[in-house]
Amino acid sequence: MDSEVLAAAASPIDLLAARTQMALSLGWHIIIACFGVGMPAITLLAEWRGNRTGEVAYQLLARRWARAMGVLFAVGAVSGTILSFEMGLLWPGLMGTFGQVIGLPFALEGIAFFIEAIFLGLYLYAWDRMPPRLHMLTGIPIVIAGVASAFFVVTANAWMNQPTGFELEQGRVVAVEPWAAMFNPATPPQTVHMILAAFMVAGFGMASVYAFAMLRGRRDRYHRLGFLIPFTVAAAITPVQIGVGDWAAHFVASNQPVKLAAMEGVFATERQVPLHIGGVAIDGIMRYALEIPYGLSLLAHWDPNARILGLEEVPPSQWPPVNITHWAFQIMVAIGLALLVLGVWMLWVWRRRRAIPESRWFLRAAVLAGPAAAVALEAGWTTTEVGRQPWTVYGILRTAEAVNPAPGLVYGFLLVAAVYLVLTVATVYVLRRLARSTPVPTAPQERDVTDYPVV
Amino acid sequence: MSLLPETTVAVLWVGLTAYVLFGGADFGGGVWDLLAGGTERGRGQRTLVEHSIGPVWEANHVWLIFVVVMMWTGIPAVFAAIASTLYIPLTLVALGIIARGAAFAFRKASTELWQQRLFGATFAFSSLVTPYFLGAVAGGIASGRVPAGIAEGDLVSSWVNPTSAATGALAVGVAAYLAAVYLTRDAQRQGDHALAETFRRRALITGVIVGALSLAGIFVLRADAPDLYVALTSGRALPLLVVSIVSGVASLLLLWWRAYLAVRLTAALAVTGLLWGWGVGQYPYLLPGVTLEEAAATEAVLGATLVSLAVGAVLLIPSLWWLYATFQRGHHEEFGTEERGSRAG
Repeated sequence: MDSEVLAAAASPIDLLAARTQMALSLGWHIIIACFGVGMPAITLLAEWRGNRTGEVAYQLLARRWARAMGVLFAVGAVSGTILSFEMGLLWPGLMGTFGQVIGLPFALEGIAFFIEAIFLGLYLYAWDRMPPRLHMLTGIPIVIAGVASAFFVVTANAWMNQPTGFELEQGRVVAVEPWAAMFNPATPPQTVHMILAAFMVAGFGMASVYAFAMLRGRRDRYHRLGFLIPFTVAAAITPVQIGVGDWAAHFVASNQPVKLAAMEGVFATERQVPLHIGGVAIDGIMRYALEIPYGLSLLAHWDPNARILGLEEVPPSQWPPVNITHWAFQIMVAIGLALLVLGVWMLWVWRRRRAIPESRWFLRAAVLAGPAAAVALEAGWTTTEVGRQPWTVYGILRTAEAVNPAPGLVYGFLLVAAVYLVLTVATVYVLRRLARSTPVPTAPQERDVTDYPVV
Repeated sequence: MSLLPETTVAVLWVGLTAYVLFGGADFGGGVWDLLAGGTERGRGQRTLVEHSIGPVWEANHVWLIFVVVMMWTGIPAVFAAIASTLYIPLTLVALGIIARGAAFAFRKASTELWQQRLFGATFAFSSLVTPYFLGAVAGGIASGRVPAGIAEGDLVSSWVNPTSAATGALAVGVAAYLAAVYLTRDAQRQGDHALAETFRRRALITGVIVGALSLAGIFVLRADAPDLYVALTSGRALPLLVVSIVSGVASLLLLWWRAYLAVRLTAALAVTGLLWGWGVGQYPYLLPGVTLEEAAATEAVLGATLVSLAVGAVLLIPSLWWLYATFQRGHHEEFGTEERGSRAG
């Protein structure tokens, strides 16, 4: 192949394909990963209650969830591996220069993931070989390692927003402080926001399955508990998450003003800036938005007179896609607030009657809450990722410079997209079968244990 | 001169070796699943494969992620050069990994025969294809077809070439061979001597094939990658090649004598000798004209990463030992039947 062709930058279609492929595989993995982070703790909670009370419903729920966890973890492990490949396949310009700067958290994540995989093997496959207490103990490293994995991976993304801890000389990294890069200023708000989101997605997602069953009239104790445990976890986290989200937004306001301007659709730098709800940016003006006077100045800096930097501060070539960022942010916030209302509804009825609200509208909303939480998660990631554009490393490396210049990336994308389509259909199908298959097996993966004498 | 870069690539190579010995055997299990025959006839073999892989494949798979991460952390520019030039086979590897892992988990979770067949076939086929492309990638690097820089190499001939063909076939053979060796012992331990004999025969046959492939590979290197050939046959890497050959021959004898536990060690040693022979033979060059010293990350990064890994190893090694020990040991030995709680009736 002609080396001059190769030396040229990637074609726009290949760049778009690479970005879409990354968005697809990351957006896909992230939902599965949320269950990997949140589900073990919720499952352990059920197992613990089951062992304490001896109630069969708890024990059956724990085993049912563990089975689903087995499938989700396998899918998460492989879809996560693809991402580590894609870092190099699609973004060699990023990894060749900065791979070493963000290497440490990934090495640590590798250790955490290893521990997760080892103890998940023990937890799932040795259920009936261990006394109950020891079995629960094997679950605890899964919870810790899952949360730690999320933390480490998100520190690397936080670094892309707030690159610190290195020195560049003529495009070469000459000195690195790996710990400073890992604990960059964006790390605290971003990691906490993500880990809480994982518990919300897992909790609301699991609860919605049982809300659906209850709508169909199955209101026995098994289904009520199956709803209550994950829903309570997720609903209790929601108000905290909204507070953390506010913290993260304040951080963006002071450290990535261009991203904030895109999130809020602010073009001109002004004081007393209103909050735009809805609306479309057309030719540098936010149209059709509902404006709340002083809203943004107040929210971003706790001061109605605060000055907000608009997109005009940087040339349009450095603007992120405004409408995508603006709408993704609004969708995330709207869903977060709606989930808060749902939790308050539950709390209100529970305090008065010690029961799940009987209203079918509550259950319908709870069914919707699972997918909605996942949508909010995706919208949040869209906000932070699209809002960082055109940069891959904020202010330092453009996405167009990071991408692999080799021709033909678009075909790779089409292939990957087809595989993910099949993977999605198969995963949903298998999980639905797992949810339906009755009776609940007494131990996860029991065929291995019962049909197969190991001795 | 600091030895941090050398230590880092040595650790990376340990990870690669572990991936080939453990993860490779899991691929090999899939190959035997593919060759097990019809649904009825192959059931015993498939069950054995599934049982042996089930609890451990995810942990084994992590070694690959470890290798990838160590590459971009320790030798970032080399990682970028390899990933960008070899993006076609590596994309195929990635898809093979998805198909294999997902299909394996799905097959376990499905109950109907047609589903088990569909997922099983996907699992088995991707187990055959994925190691080939991984081996082809190794061949492209070993024969110096990946130059420094981003996407500077030929996108096709970097992995469609004599060395890649030889190493790709060798990777599939090694995976199948290791799996057959390990499964022989697994079958013996569960008391199925007929199955143990089946896998012993397969281990013997694949052992001979892998030996022949390695020999053929040496001659391919002579024509296609002369520097590596010289290092392996008369240079620094010769002792490792000798270790590999001796262990390979010993493995065949041990299989013949049915020493199934000992052969696990010698088979692993034979494969390890090949891998380290390649590594030592190529040192200090990682890519043509690029030495380790030039490519290595800064000392601060290497130091922090190695210390973290050492701390991690303190957690990991006992955990891994517990995992393997639990599943290599029967469950009646651990607790009395009355303690085992609920069993399926």
